[in-house]
Amino acid sequence: MSALSAGGTVPRVLGSFLKARETGILIALVLIVVVATARNPSFLFSSDGYRDLLLTPSLLLLVAVGQAIVIITRNVDLSVGSVLGLTAYLTGRLFIDVPGIPSVAVFAAGILLGGVLGLINGALVAFAKVPALVITLGTLYAYRGINVMWTGSDRINASDLPADFRGLGTGQLLSVPILTILAVVVLVAAAWYLRNRRGGREFYAIGSDPAAAHLYGLKVTQRTLVAFVVSGALAGLAGVLYAARYGTVSSQAGSGWELQAIGAAVIGGVAISGGVGTLWGAAIGAFLLLTINRALPILGIEDFWQRAVVGALILGAIVLDRLLALRQSRRLLEAKDTE
Amino acid sequence: MDAERFPPDAPPALELEKVVKSFGPVVALRSGTLTLRQGSIHALIGENGAGKSTLVKIIAGLYRRDAGEFRLRGEPVDFTSTAQSKAAGIAVIYQEPTLFPDLSVTENIFMGRQLTKRFGQIDRKAMREEARAIFARLGVRLDPDRLTEGLSIADQQIIEIAKAISLDARVLIMDEPTAALSGVEVDRLFAVARSLRDEGRALLFISHRFDEVFALCDTVTVMRDGSYISTTPIAETTIEELVRQMVGRDVADLFPKLEAEIGEEILTVQGLTRAGLFSDISFSVRSGEILGLAGLVGAGRSEVVRAVFGVDPYDSGTVRLEGRPLPKGDPRTAMRRGLALVPEDRRKQGLVLDSSVARNITLAIRSGLTRAGLLTTGAENRSAQVWASRLEVKTAFLDAEAGTLSGGNQQKVVLGKWLATEPKVLIVDEPTRGIDVGTKSEVHRLLSELAQRGLAIIMISSELPEVLGMADRVLVMREGRITGEFDRGAATPEAVMFAATHEPEPVR
Repeated sequence: MSALSAGGTVPRVLGSFLKARETGILIALVLIVVVATARNPSFLFSSDGYRDLLLTPSLLLLVAVGQAIVIITRNVDLSVGSVLGLTAYLTGRLFIDVPGIPSVAVFAAGILLGGVLGLINGALVAFAKVPALVITLGTLYAYRGINVMWTGSDRINASDLPADFRGLGTGQLLSVPILTILAVVVLVAAAWYLRNRRGGREFYAIGSDPAAAHLYGLKVTQRTLVAFVVSGALAGLAGVLYAARYGTVSSQAGSGWELQAIGAAVIGGVAISGGVGTLWGAAIGAFLLLTINRALPILGIEDFWQRAVVGALILGAIVLDRLLALRQSRRLLEAKDTE
Repeated sequence: MDAERFPPDAPPALELEKVVKSFGPVVALRSGTLTLRQGSIHALIGENGAGKSTLVKIIAGLYRRDAGEFRLRGEPVDFTSTAQSKAAGIAVIYQEPTLFPDLSVTENIFMGRQLTKRFGQIDRKAMREEARAIFARLGVRLDPDRLTEGLSIADQQIIEIAKAISLDARVLIMDEPTAALSGVEVDRLFAVARSLRDEGRALLFISHRFDEVFALCDTVTVMRDGSYISTTPIAETTIEELVRQMVGRDVADLFPKLEAEIGEEILTVQGLTRAGLFSDISFSVRSGEILGLAGLVGAGRSEVVRAVFGVDPYDSGTVRLEGRPLPKGDPRTAMRRGLALVPEDRRKQGLVLDSSVARNITLAIRSGLTRAGLLTTGAENRSAQVWASRLEVKTAFLDAEAGTLSGGNQQKVVLGKWLATEPKVLIVDEPTRGIDVGTKSEVHRLLSELAQRGLAIIMISSELPEVLGMADRVLVMREGRITGEFDRGAATPEAVMFAATHEPEPVR
């Protein structure tokens, strides 16, 4: 990543853009798209290819943004895949059981259910003082269990959903998928909040040093709850959109998404130990992760190698983070000595 | 002090009167009394465990008092959180500041109450400028945009002070701020403290260094055993007087020292040095002798014995056991050759709390108890039985979990574990910390008996009466160096306390 260093004459804004962690993965993403398109132009230039490139990662983006907020507070939410599954099934059930229900009400119900499931996670973590890893591992299975019990061998089919709702999942506005626009709006709002509002900065503070946050008199419990509720609500929103996008919802919808969301955040530079990273990074990470998945077959890499590549990507991101952190602390120590 | 700007009849900035705090059966603060006035720097001194930290934590809103008065500018207050104390204009600067390493200096100053503009948006520019202005006023050079990670302790304290100033705190409490600072950094801190005083703020300065107290403060309050002793203008007192007040209690007959025959030199330490922690430590201990290692918390005593035992490395020097050198960094060999270390924090380092008493006692001698590689519960219990009865560990069943025992009995189990290895030299680090008075004297009797049987004992203790009551010889450490050595007859509380808080005299 030698491209990350900036010369002295480069304007400061450009310099910090080049140094930013997000730039590196953005370049990687562009490279993959370019190479895959060169191999097979339909990767980008067919109407399906272009749409898929944006559509599929948009759902993961929503979940990854929520996940990143939780990770920034030095927690983790393993239950998001199960939350997504439950809300996706709820969406279908509502359309079947309440004929003529407006889509807005379904969205509200999905987000609300996700938020409540997130609140349960947050409350268990904040009040029972048990590590989030354990709590959300438990709710991962518990929420999935409820889903399986509720769904049984049933499934939601595309024909159960109204056409205008399904249109949300595939429709475009000015040739940009509506789903992507929605995801980007959520991303921009959340990223703005995290950068520019007191509450957002406190997420970073809590993740950076929980004990110090307590001494500063920050509302640690409340913030932790908010992070989990947001993560749950975004997974809920993603669940509704999942139903709109795919039409088919079984009891296993969304399983494994929690790991993809964590992977996206980590690849995007969100430190698993909290306090560091941006939602932009997590969003680009989500795109990179799924784009690689699509590009590898085109590049002629065999099926069973694809997971290994994703694994290598995550390990690479972690190693890179560690190296950057070491370099930084060495630099800061040297600066201290020469003062 | 400017008498006109800060009239003496104005209500004090902060007042504590007969404040009490206990944790379960342990009384941490019996009667805390303190009066801080505007435009004054007030010193609070006392031995370790005198209750200073508890007092500070009550002021900071971390603890809530059980009884007593707490007033700010004449108004009664009762803080249930640090946020309330902060809102009331109190800032506490701890010895090791707790900041957010991943955030910038500016963000650390303003976290939780950032300046905002429209739509609640954080105004980074305004905050950066205010941070710059504060640093300029304090006369320090710090980049407001850099991360706090990697800053020196002194700079971190400056950030805490800048935080206090931007909050316009009227009361600043500095809990041993100079402990980790270099001379230049101390001077800078004092200059800042004086200018804060001249702005009419009330400062409380907690320190173990008398020279600093006399150089900086105008009033001094002494605490001892959780109680208020005295408050005096600094000009009307002397170091000797303050030391007397700090230690002034009887060296009770609680410490039944038995006469023991002092024999051969067993452990000899020569010029032991580890950069930054301790340097040029030389001492020896003989069989039957109890060597007391006195000093303040953080003087480097535990670090020295850990290095001697081999759990920590050292840079130079030698350790000899019975005349033969002991390899460094090799606790296994040290144990085999007859060295035993009972660490300070028995819950963390000495005991496996979830395991049975029997297993804990036999932990260090397991290989000797195995038959064909298998450890039988029978062998374990037989061996443990011997030691538990010899130490009078009060536990109905040896298979009770060690964590369920009282502090005193836990300490005996740890002692038992090491005595089972039949050591020649026993090192105990704060053997009676957190133990009630009755059990304390049992531990003392036990140590005394062991010495009588010819064991050489090194005892680290921050409790002066304990050291003076038990030790045949007292070594005093201060900031990683030995600053005094006294025989039993010459070891007075004043002499030991003086050595623990002062540079060694050129001629002793």
